[in-house]
Amino acid sequence: MSDWNRIYPQLLDATWETLYMVGVSAVVTVLLGVPLGVLLTVTSPGGLAPRPMLNRALGLVVNLGRALPFIILLVLVAPVTRGIVGTTIGSTAAIVPLTIGAVPFLARLVETSLREVAGGKVEAALSMGARRRDVVRTVLLPESLPSLVAGVTVTVVALISYSAMAGAVGGGGLGDFAIRFGYQQFRTDITLATVVLLLVVVQALQWAGDRWARSLAHA
Amino acid sequence: MIELKDVRKVFPARGRAGEVVAVDGVSLSVDRGEFAGVVGPSGSGKSTLVRLVNLLERPTSGSVTVDGRVLTELSGDEVRKARRSIGMVFQHFELLDSRTAAGNVEHPLELAGVGRAERRSRATELLDLVGLGDRADARPGQLSGGQKQRVAIARALAVRPSVLLCDEATSALDQASTAGVLELLRRVRDELGLTVLLITHEMAVVKAVCDSAVLLDRGRVVDSGRLTDVLTRERSPLGDALLPAPVADAGAGHGGALLRVTVTDRTPETLVLQTLIGDLGAAVEIAGGSVETVAGGRYGRLLLRVTGGAEGLDDAVQRLRTGGVLVERVTAGVAR
Ligand SMILES: Nc1ncnc2c1ncn2[C@@H]1O[C@H](COP(=O)(O)OP(=O)(O)OP(=O)(O)O)[C@@H](O)[C@H]1O
Ligand SMILES: [Mg+2]
Repeated sequence: MSDWNRIYPQLLDATWETLYMVGVSAVVTVLLGVPLGVLLTVTSPGGLAPRPMLNRALGLVVNLGRALPFIILLVLVAPVTRGIVGTTIGSTAAIVPLTIGAVPFLARLVETSLREVAGGKVEAALSMGARRRDVVRTVLLPESLPSLVAGVTVTVVALISYSAMAGAVGGGGLGDFAIRFGYQQFRTDITLATVVLLLVVVQALQWAGDRWARSLAHA
Repeated sequence: MIELKDVRKVFPARGRAGEVVAVDGVSLSVDRGEFAGVVGPSGSGKSTLVRLVNLLERPTSGSVTVDGRVLTELSGDEVRKARRSIGMVFQHFELLDSRTAAGNVEHPLELAGVGRAERRSRATELLDLVGLGDRADARPGQLSGGQKQRVAIARALAVRPSVLLCDEATSALDQASTAGVLELLRRVRDELGLTVLLITHEMAVVKAVCDSAVLLDRGRVVDSGRLTDVLTRERSPLGDALLPAPVADAGAGHGGALLRVTVTDRTPETLVLQTLIGDLGAAVEIAGGSVETVAGGRYGRLLLRVTGGAEGLDDAVQRLRTGGVLVERVTAGVAR
């Protein structure tokens, strides 16, 4: 226990690294995943702009992204990561596979949320002379916002668990910390402390997400 | 104002279900300012028909003209613009939960590119018009069904359409709210000079608000006309639906002739009985009948058993008809 003073700053660093990895990849995931989910929805048969071929192609890519075990994805996208970040080691490099893993996941959740918006509301907007993009902007997205927020929360939580894995292969962060200081040095207390810390982060996120979604839900 | 010419809508076969001819060669025309109803059994194509008017559904063949413009000849973009002059109200309101009542009314104005200040004042004006001026900030979830439909009507009127389409606008409402909504529709028609096409499966709704009606069955027009006309027209299915009178059984085991007589509030009060009893000297028994208020007028339909005066009966019937009374002979339970 006497070495906590030595370990503590490293734990703090690792926490920041995790938050950095998850934070940046969450933002990029939302920026890419929401439009992809919208595209999946509107191009589906019976959607606003049915494009069966495009829809099937997108569906295949999304399913591929979700079917691949994350650890394999990490290795597969290494060349892409090198192309974008210049290295495959470190927190910044981990953001690339994290994002690639999470985008298809979020896209499917977004698709499910948008599908739940009653067709009659879409029809009402069309009867007012709305363009398709107006329907997406003024009906589909606002009406499903509480459910979209819940989907983003689930995705961010999944990103935290992915980030622990990414950390173990050189991304830094809490996962890396738990392995180097806890597992490899037989310090169960450190492993446990890290797990508790991760749990606290996840709990806090879920709590905040739930609250946000609820505040958006229209009585 | 609304003109459909030989409109057909065929839904292509899907999976194991064969193709469906939902609307099968319908022609109809609704005059400016007219309140027209479309009635018919479930699945007869009423909803499809009304959706053809604003081209939410593209007709398979035939033409749709609204306010002098042939919508079926317009491009997709032009159709979208034309829809702004055609408001629509739905059975399940279809308000956005993410907006307040006022926000819902502003929605079509936003889509039309109207500025914020004008949207605000227009929404206030419209909510006042439908009697919900004090609920502008309420969410749809906090409103009753009748109130929701009022907001939906305000929304449909926001961009000052000339035509209002209503698909079962009162079918999800209780009786009191139904009466209120119908009264509102009638009032906005009168005040704004709208042309209204209303779909319903309830004859009571037609009786309460419509000037004219179309009876649809299996995608075809079975009968149509102004209510005042169909009620005094022989063998009109629409007239029978509006003003039913018992015919079956009424003649069983009795002599005499059965007459089905339809009188209006313009019929001289004593004409029927005076002609049959006084002039003809026949005995008249009332075998059944009903009185209804239709399109603001009173209509009575009586089933009369007339005994005696056999030779003069044809003459008497002729005289009644000349006097504006619809008289149909009933044999074997069928009016002729
Ligand atoms: N999008 C569609 N695809 C296939 N068939 C359809 C579609 N819409 C309607 N139909 C069919 O067209 C026919 C007419 O339907 P429609 O909804 O117009 O009837 P309706 O008179 O409005 O009935 P209800 O009183 O039950 O609302 C029905 O047989 C229905 O199954
Ligand atoms: Mg219907």
